[in-house]
Amino acid sequence: MTTAPETSRRQRREAAASSNGKAADRKNGAGAKRTNRAKSEARLGWLIAGPAFFIMLAVTAYPIAQAIYDSMFSFRLTSPDDRSFVFLQNYMTILSDTEVFWSALGVTVLVTVVTVAVELVLGFALALVMHKALKRIRGPLRTAILVPYGIITVVSAFAWYYMFDINSGFVNNWFGWVPGIDSDLDWFANFGTAITVIMASEIWKTTPFIALLLLAGLAQVPDELVEAAKVDGASWRQQMTRVILPNMKAAIMVAVLFRALDAFRIFDNVFIMTNGAANTEVLSLLAYRTSIGRLEIGLGSAVSVILFVCVLLICFIAIKFFKVDLASGTDAKGGK
Amino acid sequence: MAANGKLTGKQRLGWTVLTVVVLVYALFPVAAILATSFKTQADLGNASFLPTNWTWDNYRMILVGDAQELFLTAFRNSIGITLIATFIAVVLATLCAYSIARLNFPGKRIILGTALAVSIFPVISVVTPLFNLWRNIGLYDTWLGLIIPYLSLTLPISIWTLAAFFRQIPWDLEQAAQVDGATQWQAFRRAIVPLAMPGVFTTAIIAFFIAWNDFVYGISLTSTEAARPVPAALAFFTGASQFEEPTGAISAAAIIVTIPVVVLVLLFQRQIVSGLTQGAVKG
Repeated sequence: MTTAPETSRRQRREAAASSNGKAADRKNGAGAKRTNRAKSEARLGWLIAGPAFFIMLAVTAYPIAQAIYDSMFSFRLTSPDDRSFVFLQNYMTILSDTEVFWSALGVTVLVTVVTVAVELVLGFALALVMHKALKRIRGPLRTAILVPYGIITVVSAFAWYYMFDINSGFVNNWFGWVPGIDSDLDWFANFGTAITVIMASEIWKTTPFIALLLLAGLAQVPDELVEAAKVDGASWRQQMTRVILPNMKAAIMVAVLFRALDAFRIFDNVFIMTNGAANTEVLSLLAYRTSIGRLEIGLGSAVSVILFVCVLLICFIAIKFFKVDLASGTDAKGGK
Repeated sequence: MAANGKLTGKQRLGWTVLTVVVLVYALFPVAAILATSFKTQADLGNASFLPTNWTWDNYRMILVGDAQELFLTAFRNSIGITLIATFIAVVLATLCAYSIARLNFPGKRIILGTALAVSIFPVISVVTPLFNLWRNIGLYDTWLGLIIPYLSLTLPISIWTLAAFFRQIPWDLEQAAQVDGATQWQAFRRAIVPLAMPGVFTTAIIAFFIAWNDFVYGISLTSTEAARPVPAALAFFTGASQFEEPTGAISAAAIIVTIPVVVLVLLFQRQIVSGLTQGAVKG
């Protein structure tokens, strides 16, 4: 059956595999040296995985620790000698400031909730279109959907800003027939309209991300299940709610979590469009303006730490709520 | 149903309408800023989508005119810093993901967990201490002062994407090649590298996107043209004179910095899609 070279090859392979074989003996050492090998493998593993690990720690863990430390000092960069330990005073100052802090937190939560909700619906629709699209147009369609994701957030912010801007925009002109839109409507002068444009730009820019994740989730739903449901006479809505959505749970969870974390850190669009005017200040902008803008390092660090804690809280709630352990079982819920 | 066999006229119409709607949705803001970039100063307030007189003036201004220094320096900074950061991130992430996928050692979960934790850190929480530290040790407003923080943006997703990718590589091939008489290095190079390259490449593109997109580090850790990248420079661009709105010039600059990314998307959309979905859904 087997040809000569193949036999010899197999023999060699078997020899290599057997721990008693001379080849294996010479190469790996026998059982007694196992622990040594495990040790050297661990050393090699850390040697080549280490640099990435330590850079990540150095650029994030250290500054976070420093921020927590700084947040307990009254410390302005303009008068560095005036540094004094005030413990939680900065946090008190921030948390008791309803005008600035609580308003910023409220806006941030509003942006997060609205954008994630809208993006989930819109992203699912886009994912369905991509999933069902004919082979011929699938490529161009995916490319077009990816374009907003590839656009720099600052560029997208400027694009939306100029569209709605009362001087350079055409929106008032085009949509004058819509009730509430007059030719002299200044979108960025009122909270309601300004935040709507900010959220619209955020939704436009990041929906592709959700759409792609949901597309991966859709691809995981076994076709047989859908077919079976169809044969059983399930309506489209029943197929969705009973078969497709339950099977996409992991993908939906990952999409919601990652987008929520991202939306909570919104900065670029707000900075470009209103820079916090008309009460559109968000937490990131508040932290930036306090520390980098006004050089109040102590107070700014406290805002940063609060923002960080909020993000941790979102993670914690999401993981509890969806009962998914993010760091393990990566294969179990993985999609191909 | 539509995928196999012929389409009825109704279905064909439905798909055409749907495709057009999606295309308009995805591309309209880009078209808007493109149109704005061709408007003359007088046209900027015309409240219509298209310019009445098409002009290259805005592009001329940022490429060879008054704003040349400002834009081209920032463009050079962006390209240099982003490429270096991408390169370092991909090399380190490849090594890291390789050892996670291939070697057995304690602490693998810690590394993956740290990568995930780093990717949820709000940039703004990290930036104040860095701002302070960079000013003290002289990294403020330098290329290196941006490259290092960019690694914190690009490394986590690179590690996750590559680890997910490497896990699917049939590593036995390497052993088989060795048994067939290749040296360890030859076996690795011939059997594994060709299989791994697409994943590494996808990761590089995604990392490039992320670093190219950064704004917070760009505006916080730079103060002059020495290192300020394009997104930050756009935000501080004030126009040729104080009487002129910089709208046209910013739009033109925005279009120019968008071109590399759109070209990348066009060329590699298939890889980007699989890279994004694999890395993220598995994460």
